[in-house]
Amino acid sequence: MKKILGILILLIVVCLVTAVSNKNFFSAYNIQNVTRLTSLFGIISIGVAFVIISGGIDLSIGSVICLIGSLLPFLLAKGVSVPAALLLVGAISIAIGLFHGLLITKLKLQPFIVTLCGLLIYRGIARGITEDQTQGFGTAHAGLRYLATGKIDVPFIEGFKLPVPFLIMIGLAVVAAFFLNKTIFGRYLKAIGNNETAARYSGIKTDRTVIMAYVICSFLSGVGGVLFALDINSVQPEGIGNFYELYAIAAAVLGGCSIRGGEGSILGVVIGAALMRVLRNSITMLGIPSQLEFAIIGAVILVGVISDELVKRYAQKRRAILQARQTSG
Amino acid sequence: MSSSHPTHSRPLLEVRQISKQFPGVKALSRVSLTLHHVEVLAVIGENGAGKSTLMKILAGVQTPDSGTLLINGEEASLSNVADALNSGIALIHQELNLSDNLDIAANIFLGREPNHWGIINRRQTYLESEKFLKRVGLNLPPQTLVGNLTVGQQQMVEIAKALSINARILIMDEPTSSLSLHESEALFSVIRELKTQGVSVIYISHRLGEVNELADRVVVLRDGENAGELDHDSISHDRMVQLMVGRNVSQFFPYTPHEPGEVVLEVKNLRTPDNPTHPITFTLRKNEIVGISGLVGAGRTELMQVLFGIDAPRGGAIFVNGKEIHIHSPQDAIKAGLALVPEDRKLQGLILEMAVRENMSLASLSRDRRHLGMINFAQERKTSNEMIAAMNIKTPNDRQIVQFLSGGNQQKVVLGKWMALNPSVLLLDEPTRGVDVGAKEEIYHLMNELASRGMAILFVSSDLEEIRGISDRVLVMHEGQLTGELSREEMSEEAIMQLATGQIRAPVPS
Repeated sequence: MKKILGILILLIVVCLVTAVSNKNFFSAYNIQNVTRLTSLFGIISIGVAFVIISGGIDLSIGSVICLIGSLLPFLLAKGVSVPAALLLVGAISIAIGLFHGLLITKLKLQPFIVTLCGLLIYRGIARGITEDQTQGFGTAHAGLRYLATGKIDVPFIEGFKLPVPFLIMIGLAVVAAFFLNKTIFGRYLKAIGNNETAARYSGIKTDRTVIMAYVICSFLSGVGGVLFALDINSVQPEGIGNFYELYAIAAAVLGGCSIRGGEGSILGVVIGAALMRVLRNSITMLGIPSQLEFAIIGAVILVGVISDELVKRYAQKRRAILQARQTSG
Repeated sequence: MSSSHPTHSRPLLEVRQISKQFPGVKALSRVSLTLHHVEVLAVIGENGAGKSTLMKILAGVQTPDSGTLLINGEEASLSNVADALNSGIALIHQELNLSDNLDIAANIFLGREPNHWGIINRRQTYLESEKFLKRVGLNLPPQTLVGNLTVGQQQMVEIAKALSINARILIMDEPTSSLSLHESEALFSVIRELKTQGVSVIYISHRLGEVNELADRVVVLRDGENAGELDHDSISHDRMVQLMVGRNVSQFFPYTPHEPGEVVLEVKNLRTPDNPTHPITFTLRKNEIVGISGLVGAGRTELMQVLFGIDAPRGGAIFVNGKEIHIHSPQDAIKAGLALVPEDRKLQGLILEMAVRENMSLASLSRDRRHLGMINFAQERKTSNEMIAAMNIKTPNDRQIVQFLSGGNQQKVVLGKWMALNPSVLLLDEPTRGVDVGAKEEIYHLMNELASRGMAILFVSSDLEEIRGISDRVLVMHEGQLTGELSREEMSEEAIMQLATGQIRAPVPS
């Protein structure tokens, strides 16, 4: 909880600072926009959080988004029905996760290498299949596109509409939090992330649990891919999803996932994703040259991580002193 | 004998009231000791008594929080290893620190090579080395690669290296823990020979038999404090144990004879991946505590790991309650009613960053789960609090992070994790390593009680006192082979050591 509090305060501070210098920040249009994008990035960040908690990493997220996001309009344009196309891309994203998980657990390959190769392979496949042609839905499939672009009226608040992706993300976040905190799967995942050997010695099926984490991650990347494609409606296979794995990882780490594994909370990850989006938004709103965007986001994340580490060290030191007093006194 | 050297009035080394505190642990509390010229001083104590910390301070690896060190009556500060070496103190570690890919001479002069403009004068290193090798009785050319030497010979190289820097105080940390009986004998005669050359030795060992044979004086530590001292004439096995554990041996080891029940675990021609040429056969009965003894590297841990499904066997069969079982993973072993308290508590036994409760429930979580794989939180709380009470675990509550508990309480958490499953066979690998004397006694009581309630217990230990104190039978291993079995009446330290060092091979019961 304390970890989440820190980043929540940071998020609020960035919001307030921006709002003070540009009143458009709190306009309904801007809030809706930021919320929609937060939701899309939140979904893929929740996915990578599972992998990070297990002690691994997934660098292929952006390319999975590209593959799924290109395939969906591609298949629909070829005349495949909507349910069949969704089923197929869902199955592909799950298969990708399964493939990663099996290589990592059974062949004991490094997650970094496996998913780095995935990053190259899936985008390559997407570009090959589509011959680098921009894919889109045109004016068709309005019902499907409602998932990404739809807005729902909020009672009692005039002029503000809730983006549908936000509801999708909240639904996924609740399920994810339930899995992580209330089920034995979640407990095993944290145990493995902290100490895989001890988990194995306790009779935990470690391989199966780790594979599950990669499946969840790739599946949510696939969900993200579908929503991103529906959102922008003109998917360029060489560009869509570039760097998204890094945004997702940064959001998860900001949200309290230790890159060493073993800890993390879904609420924190969602707040982390929000912070990432708000930062980008603030850079535009404050009139900072957009060329500096990466530098500023990088610096803010670094400051966040450093202060987190310092606070942790301080707490540990205090704890050790208290304990020494207890044992000697 | 110290009294035979009256010419030196001042002691060679004096440790006065040294204390050292680590986060959460008081490792040494006002410990004092004196080392005279030309004597062998044995420092003994249970695991965690503070021996290693004291030796590290003497070797300059760690600095004390308070207290003074006097060398030849003069105050000395040893703030690093170089200081200690300059003062003539050399520590020979339990794990030897030699480079396998270099020859003997290069190892002896590592970092101090005689050279001219950076070019090593090899001839000189060989000539010098021969001199020191002679003093330790190692009859080998100094050009021999260290990787080709036996552990015993490597130890001699370490000693030669210490002599080459003119060490007058040699600290030896458990030097015989991986030596054969013959090599141990050779080491003892070198130590006696060194004494005649004016070198004093501080000798740390678990093996009271060799302390008895070698030491001029014994200093006993217990839980970081001086527990007593024995002069040469008053050194006896029973006195040493009594000082180490703080009470009579018979009180410390709560042995009650168990009437062995039917066979629970039967191992037939089991071949471990590390020692596939030596099939292992034995049985374990209900109500029985069986110890497995042997030197470091005898294949005891490997046996435990195969039984628990960590490593796959190369052949043979395992029967539990008369039924053959195939163990491919710890899950299979647990299903068959086995449990393992592993050797390395921090690496294999615990999730250090997690709470007592979460560690305690790790093995039973799956059994107690509710629909949708939900954790049964009420049951989890109940189990952990029951175990904390039953095993007298000292923790503020069950949400305490395990890493902040003492070694003994951590080990009880590992035990509690398995007790929640009520296994029929309990495997323990060095169950009291790094555990304080009080918790040790509690663990023995627990093992004894579990056995009388019908559990079959198989435990590996390097501590002969412990093996002899609580086992009904002992199995002894040597280089991957089960060399014999001794009943409670037969298990003298000598009998165990003979089997453990491969000196004799008793018939193994089939």
